[in-house]
Amino acid sequence: MTELLGHYNYWIVIILMMTGFYIVIARPNLVKKVIGLFIFQTSVFILFISMAKIEGGTAPIIEEGLSVYSNPLPHVLILTAIVVSLATTALGLALVVRIQEAYGTSNEDDIHVQDEED
Amino acid sequence: MEHLIDIVLLGLLMITGFAIVRMKSLLAVAMLTSIYSLLSASLFVVLDAVDVALTEAAIGAGISTILMLATVALTRDEEKAPRHTPLLPLAVVTVTGAALIYGTLDMPHYGDPAAPVHQHAASAYLHDTPGEIGVPNVVTSVLASYRGYDTLGEVTVIFTAGAGVLALLGYRTRRRNIQGPGIRKLVVLRVIAKLFFPLILLFALYVLFHGDYGPGGGFQAGVIFATGFILYALAFGLGNAQRVIHHPLLRIMAAVGVLIYAAVGIEGILLGGKFLEYGVLADDPVTGQHLGIMLIELGVGITVAAVMLIIYYGFVSRQD
Repeated sequence: MTELLGHYNYWIVIILMMTGFYIVIARPNLVKKVIGLFIFQTSVFILFISMAKIEGGTAPIIEEGLSVYSNPLPHVLILTAIVVSLATTALGLALVVRIQEAYGTSNEDDIHVQDEED
Repeated sequence: MEHLIDIVLLGLLMITGFAIVRMKSLLAVAMLTSIYSLLSASLFVVLDAVDVALTEAAIGAGISTILMLATVALTRDEEKAPRHTPLLPLAVVTVTGAALIYGTLDMPHYGDPAAPVHQHAASAYLHDTPGEIGVPNVVTSVLASYRGYDTLGEVTVIFTAGAGVLALLGYRTRRRNIQGPGIRKLVVLRVIAKLFFPLILLFALYVLFHGDYGPGGGFQAGVIFATGFILYALAFGLGNAQRVIHHPLLRIMAAVGVLIYAAVGIEGILLGGKFLEYGVLADDPVTGQHLGIMLIELGVGITVAAVMLIIYYGFVSRQD
């Protein structure tokens, strides 16, 4: 079964990554761009956690009678990365709110038009 | 069975991702993003990362969604069609994706115990934690003790984000109680919110102090603690929530948490150890580790909770 799955997780992660990337570069709405970035970030988390998985392992909490644990190191890295992802998302959204107040729109194309008029 | 759940969850994630691209209504996109986070949290449970799942569920599906909804309320809900054709972005994405998939072919297979990532540091952490740190949850021992420097950095990042949002959005004290007009009529919501508020805070404290033994820790606890107040603010209005927890207090608490963390590190130096060495905090090194981990988790929890509330207050006090 593992052989059959092989790289399935990684491929889906890359599709999700590219979905987020596409939203960031192709969509003009700034809120949507931040959401695209969020999707990209979450897909990276899944990539790391997939690598930490060991076949037949369990959660890395030491317990009598268990010997195989999944790798705790990527868990630690991603745990803190999730909190940092919220920090960046919040800052990004705060910038969008200020841009909306300054330009009256959160559409990138409209903002460019307004900038060219000045 | 585990593989089947893995395949289904990843498939659902992919569908949600495509739906987010297609949807024009930003309100719907924000809710789909919440579903996306919840699905990935479920996936983390299947992949044995229980601590990560708890964090993702609280942060990704909880607070991020609230911030996105608050932003959508401040901007327009409908997304305009882009002026350019999507052909060039599509080509860029396809080429990048193909290159990355080609790159994965060299990677060790999913779940392979012999993969290089599982050697060296990770196996040492798993092997040494019971003797050196004495806490069963290896994620907590690595986070708080072995890689304590990193975590101090992360907490500082959170603090900086709070300061950044405060600088961008400021904070306006409102006489009027900011609240949606329909919420006042929802009696069930208000009663349930009142019932859940103390339970959420209690659960946050449990997650904080039980983090050594089970999934949990300062990051998750801080977020859950803040969620309790956010639920209160959603049901009873921002003005009432501010009477419960004042904004100046939050600004002080955000700094206090980081200072507690750093103070534990300096205390280690003063007692003759290295920065963030917990073994010297008590007579017995393992007791010292317990004490140190408890204190820094407390610091993390205080900062995270305060910053989450600062960010939430900042966004909501912007609404007219």
